[in-house]
Amino acid sequence: MANTKAHGDNYINFEKGIWSWLTTVDHKRIGLMYFITVMFFFLIGGIMALLLRLELFAPNAAPNVGQILANGDVYNQVMTYHGAIMVFMVIVPGIPAILGNFFLPLQIGAKDVAFPRINLLSWYCFMAGAILAIATFFTTKIDTGWTFYTPYSIRTGTATAMMVLAAFIMGMSSILTGLNFIVTVHKLRAPGMTMHRMPLFIWSLYATAILQMLATPVLGITLLLLAVERFLGIGIFDPKLGGDPVLFQHFFWFYSHPAVYIMIIPAMGIISELITTFSKKVIFGYTAIAYSSLGIAAVSFFVWGHHMFVSGQSETTGIVFSFLTMLVGVPTAIKMFNWVATFYKGSVEFRSPMLYALGFMFLFAIGGVTGVMLATLPIDVHFHDTYFVVAHFHYVMVGGTLMALMGGYYYWFPKMFGKMYNETTARISFVFIFIGFNVTFFPQFILGAMGMPRRYFDYIPAYENLNKISTVGSWLILIGFLVGLYTIVQGLMKGEKAPMNPWGSKTLEWQTSSPPPHDNFSVEPVVTAGPYEYR
Amino acid sequence: MSTDNTVHGAHTAHVAHHFKTAEQQYSSGKEGIWLFMLTEILMFGAIFVGYAIYHNMYPAMFAEGASSLDWKMGFVNTLVLIFSSFTMAISISFIQKNEQKKAVLALATTVLCGAIFMVIKYFEYQHKFHLGLFPGKFLDVAKVGAEHANLGLYFGFYYVMTGLHGIHVLLGMGLITWCLIRTIRGDFHSQYWIVVEGVGLFWHIVDLIWIFLFPLLYLVG
Ligand code: HEM
Ligand SMILES: [Cu+2]
Repeated sequence: MANTKAHGDNYINFEKGIWSWLTTVDHKRIGLMYFITVMFFFLIGGIMALLLRLELFAPNAAPNVGQILANGDVYNQVMTYHGAIMVFMVIVPGIPAILGNFFLPLQIGAKDVAFPRINLLSWYCFMAGAILAIATFFTTKIDTGWTFYTPYSIRTGTATAMMVLAAFIMGMSSILTGLNFIVTVHKLRAPGMTMHRMPLFIWSLYATAILQMLATPVLGITLLLLAVERFLGIGIFDPKLGGDPVLFQHFFWFYSHPAVYIMIIPAMGIISELITTFSKKVIFGYTAIAYSSLGIAAVSFFVWGHHMFVSGQSETTGIVFSFLTMLVGVPTAIKMFNWVATFYKGSVEFRSPMLYALGFMFLFAIGGVTGVMLATLPIDVHFHDTYFVVAHFHYVMVGGTLMALMGGYYYWFPKMFGKMYNETTARISFVFIFIGFNVTFFPQFILGAMGMPRRYFDYIPAYENLNKISTVGSWLILIGFLVGLYTIVQGLMKGEKAPMNPWGSKTLEWQTSSPPPHDNFSVEPVVTAGPYEYR
Repeated sequence: MSTDNTVHGAHTAHVAHHFKTAEQQYSSGKEGIWLFMLTEILMFGAIFVGYAIYHNMYPAMFAEGASSLDWKMGFVNTLVLIFSSFTMAISISFIQKNEQKKAVLALATTVLCGAIFMVIKYFEYQHKFHLGLFPGKFLDVAKVGAEHANLGLYFGFYYVMTGLHGIHVLLGMGLITWCLIRTIRGDFHSQYWIVVEGVGLFWHIVDLIWIFLFPLLYLVG
């Protein structure tokens, strides 16, 4: 066609101007827009985290350094924003919306997702929700914690209703993304790309999409009911009016437990890609890994009660949930063992994406094992609402999801931007993040075991040393991310031109130019073999 | 992109560039709509669970609440919606047979039925407000009497459930009107009707939810 000449040869320069980005329906551009926004929110959430750790550097009684934030109320607010931003605006959308959007069509040999306009709509939903969430900061703020537990969330004078509406809107964005992915996987695979030839990242996105679709509507209605409760005082969740606050917890965790797998399953998918690529070896147990994603997704709907062992649910319920929760460990362990087995006789190359994969395995193992500990009912009665839980979920969410996200960025950086990043600074960044992470969060296991409660802005002097170590760790993480940011910016500005397939990967996204053209492939690929036919 | 917009080959004007064939586009659209419907059902499902729990906890209150609703109005509305589901369905088969005029008529009837439903709902709400039967803490205890002071919870459910459903009816009416305009413009024909089918499915689900709401709120007591 005549006007194709005016277009550049890849998706970035295909059209020009900010408007062409804001109205784009190209999945790659939408992925990049998510990239920019999510990174921005990560920055805000990160600043909040540093503030929290700064406050906890010393007990309030300590002279000079005791109290950084004005008072406990401010601490609660910072804690709530940190949690809500990191969960709803960073870790949940992170991998599917950024890397999933970008690479799902590429990896299955499609031109786009099934519903490109809905894809754009989901970004706008996300932005609307996110802006509303940030806007609460300029009203009465929020202080409920990211879990919005009733009855406090009904009675507090802060902008809870606005915040839960924001989360509701972001939930719609998540549902739309999930829906799009499921249909794309079912309907748009290239010729020869059978389900069992799909890369494992796709399997993980597929399992995640199912969770997003099935769990998020329940969260949506729960949050809506909470907002209605605040406006109308119906008495659904408010015990004073005859309601049941524990029902809120059931509804909330019915979503939020599967949501933790929305966070981790795509991360596991990235790890599968990294490990086989940098071992130059076909992945061990492809089918087992693929189906264990679905297994985790299925089991995750029946374990929510493990967040409620001390909520007053019946003892029998507690025991059943305890056993069911331990079941999640099985498909999780299947993945772990298969990854380890892949190294065997592989030629392992310690590029930074691979470092992140190894970091992931190490940290996620600790997070998973402590998860099974918490699933043990009598132990959890002791550890519930202590720093032990805080350490557990940071090991899985940061040590797991965030590590995988970083590894994924470096791995796919050449493809997304057509530039190489600096391997040395990327490795330095990893070392700081990895060590800093352990310095920050390992002491929290001990603090929790010693009985330090979570969500408090002060503590007794006995906890001081470990808290100091933890705060210093948070500075190491900061340095790590700053070096990482430098690496990305430097790569974008000055990086060498990336070849089509710098790592020698076998999956389809590497068989097109870097960065890919507007339509992904100049010739539609025809698939004749599995995704990891190294040897 | 030389095959775009050419008559021969499967790629015709209404097939988006990332689909290869009209069938692929049709079956993708259809699956997308079904999945979306699933999320709607899950969302309402959660309120139904809440309803069941509180009905179980306070059966007397729910019986009293239900008895203050006018089941006749609810029944008329049920008939109206069932009829509108029928007109929606035939509009699609008219489009498939390229009988656009009849399709437009059927779609217009569907929108009209939606409007009738909303008007009846309006009068019902009006009546409840008049009796002081507001949701939650707004219940007018002076009007309903102190012995009925707990009705706020029942009416909380009533307004949330019917309100959320009403919003869906309005949305559906908007979508059907949009289909109607596009049918008049000639966008839909025997080769391409997936949009109308999708909207139709949405409308059927909205009706289906009402068919559950009606006995739960008006009859079970
Ligand atoms: C082997 C898998 C896992 C098991 C057995 C497990 C078990 C548990 C249990 C029993 C609790 C409740 C502790 C308490 O509140 O007393 C918990 C809390 C938590 N877990 Fe996990 N978990 C696992 C994996 C994950 C993953 C993958 C994530 C996220 C990516 C995660 C995130 C969380 C969060 C955020 C909380 C705390 C929620 C809160 O109260 O704010 N967990 N986990
Ligand atoms: Cu959980």
